[in-house]
Amino acid sequence: MPGGYAGKFLDVDLTKERVKEVSFDDKTLWQYFGGRGLAAKILWDRVGKKWENLDPYAPESPLIVLTGPMTGIYPGGRICVSGKSPVSMGTVGSTASTEFAHELRCAGYDGVIFTGKAEKPVYFLVTNDGGEIMPAEHLWGKVGEETIKMLNREVGEEMKKRKPNVGIWREPGMVYIGPAGENMVRNSGVMSKICHAAGYGGYGALMGSKKLKAVVAKGRGKMPAPDAPEAAKLLWKKAHQILIANSEMRRYGTGYLGYTVGADLSSEPIKNWQTEWHDEKSYAGPRFEQYWVKKKWADFNCTTNCMKVSCIKNGRWKGDITDLPDYELQAYCGTNLGLFEPVDNIHMSALIDNLGHSGINGPNTMGFAAELYQRKILTKKDIGFELNWGDVEAFTKLAWMIAKREGIGDVLAEGSYRAAIKIAEMKGKKPEELLKYVVHVKGIEIGAHGTRSDMDYVHDASYAGNVQGGDHTSTIGDGYSDMSDAIFADSGVFCDFCRTNRELEFDFAKAVTGFPITVESWRKETGPRIVTLQRALLMLGGPDLKWEPVKDDDNPPRFYEPLPEGPYKGKTTDKKRVDQKLMAYFETLGWDERGIPTKETLKRLDIADLEPYMKKMRA
Amino acid sequence: MANIWIARDYAACSGCKRCEIACSMKHEGWIWPEASRIRVFMPFPGLEVPHLCAQCSDYPCIGSCPTKALSVDPATKAVLVDREKCISCGACVRACPGNVPIMHPGDNKATICNLCNGDPECVKVCKEAGYNALMLVDEGPSVNRKLFSRHPVEVAKELAVYFFGEKGEEVI
Repeated sequence: MPGGYAGKFLDVDLTKERVKEVSFDDKTLWQYFGGRGLAAKILWDRVGKKWENLDPYAPESPLIVLTGPMTGIYPGGRICVSGKSPVSMGTVGSTASTEFAHELRCAGYDGVIFTGKAEKPVYFLVTNDGGEIMPAEHLWGKVGEETIKMLNREVGEEMKKRKPNVGIWREPGMVYIGPAGENMVRNSGVMSKICHAAGYGGYGALMGSKKLKAVVAKGRGKMPAPDAPEAAKLLWKKAHQILIANSEMRRYGTGYLGYTVGADLSSEPIKNWQTEWHDEKSYAGPRFEQYWVKKKWADFNCTTNCMKVSCIKNGRWKGDITDLPDYELQAYCGTNLGLFEPVDNIHMSALIDNLGHSGINGPNTMGFAAELYQRKILTKKDIGFELNWGDVEAFTKLAWMIAKREGIGDVLAEGSYRAAIKIAEMKGKKPEELLKYVVHVKGIEIGAHGTRSDMDYVHDASYAGNVQGGDHTSTIGDGYSDMSDAIFADSGVFCDFCRTNRELEFDFAKAVTGFPITVESWRKETGPRIVTLQRALLMLGGPDLKWEPVKDDDNPPRFYEPLPEGPYKGKTTDKKRVDQKLMAYFETLGWDERGIPTKETLKRLDIADLEPYMKKMRA
Repeated sequence: MANIWIARDYAACSGCKRCEIACSMKHEGWIWPEASRIRVFMPFPGLEVPHLCAQCSDYPCIGSCPTKALSVDPATKAVLVDREKCISCGACVRACPGNVPIMHPGDNKATICNLCNGDPECVKVCKEAGYNALMLVDEGPSVNRKLFSRHPVEVAKELAVYFFGEKGEEVI
């Protein structure tokens, strides 16, 4: 077996309450590596020809929780959550930083695959003795903070009972869902450590559909052994030296960007992206920093420490705890709702995370609703109260309503895209009339970086061609090369903010696994294989919606409206360039002019079993 | 280095746990967090507590050992474990005011920080990253020393109030 893998995965049927161990052969691991790639492969193998008819919420729909061979060894340990996405109907490799990842590996497992549906709420506990289904009725309905506290106590006591004489048991690692996931809010996240989320893809809802509240791991074993230990140790040291020298990120994280991305780059979502520029000095970094109680906060094996811990100690939001918030939530739980007071943003971020909404996607839908209110499409009667930009109390109420699916919250809980279609129906309008206000690609709400000013790291086709839709961590820029990096991090499963340089990362991967992996092998084979499989599954889609090649490989209408103000006033995304870049991207990957993988490409990448389905799509 | 020990600043710990990685790489040959002689507890996110031996001057662990498996290293004053003599009874864990010793997840023998013979790896990596949550100091015994050998949850509860105010009283 290659190095870096524990070699075992747990296969759990929640309906039959059966747990067994499975493994994958070397060829599969070489071809799909781990995390995002391996999850797509497992899904395709298990679902296959039933894909288009599979409701992601059906019991047989798998929920896949995977590490990769780099997890916990390369800096910045993460977990990758995947499955058929209830949002895009394709697959997303959604990752979150968490101690759960290395605990799982030290318990002797690379991942857990769940199918079935529990009768009553459960959580799944993994130790070196295997996996067990545990009752979780007492945890159902609990917010993030409460879930962590209760599970830390409960699992701690259970471990002590089982092995009382080994010294004090350290708390376990865990991923969990909040009320939003329990109530199957379609775009909700799988959470960890109060403020970390595997947000894109709607896997909180998928987990909720299985009545699975949490997955908890406590491992006492060694991290899976690398193929070349001395080289791996040396590269580990080198990687950290590079990260430690990254003083800007270590000092500020992304916590000062809430001001600068808007003021300097004009690419920050404001009031549901009606504008992307602001010059609100109230939103400047130092006004956030005064709430930082810890200025360097990191996850396992990370020295980037981009996080800070924030806490509001007095006033109406007393007791709210979160990280910086990071830029994405400063934007989505702040400016995009018209909130320009740091304290309101910290409160909103803490609340959204605690409820288990995905901090980008859930608030995107809230911003969409507020624009409908602004345009008098939704009224006070529909919502139950006024929903004006900047009204923090109103958005607080709305976040709860969506999480609990109360009133209009039940409609908005379907995510921005589906909510638009439902509300259009309610109001006797055509879907297009409302979809023009939805900022998404393939149903997945777009991260907080706009393309209109062309000043940010994302450009014209970045989202349009992304197999993970609006996911800002997996965008295409200059063709395929930069996306290939994202697929590598999501499949090796480590953090994007712990990137060092390609040579070192691939040397690292080679030292750990013993595979003949290189930048070239990844660029030419593994990366394209994973992204081609993801593309095929995304375009197969179904059952409730299906994306149309070319037409849906595009930015949302709002990204073609001219910027209304600021230094880049009048600028907008160049549609011609979008089309050109998409063509170039398709060509690079060996897909036809509509982005359907060709027969030759499928054969070359050893995924020829997709051919019958792609042939139908090509016709 | 007659009176060295590893002082710790809990508020400065980022929770990166590189100390555990460096410790286990040195003593176990590879990453093994639960075999590390230093373990960072996190009873609630943001509350990170490095937990390791503080070399109390009265060494209650040594006194408690029924087989005399524990002794003091004359050079560093660290606690040394004779793995042949250890019977894994856990008396040292119970005697320690901070319940610091662990039974090694491999051979189930008492395992305690030996200060890496005076040049501890954990301190080096913590310093390298600029956290300085762990500091090697050379100072005589003091009544305060036992404040560093306490149950990590107890320490975390204080840290919680320090960081989060009133809310801190209910997070753990």
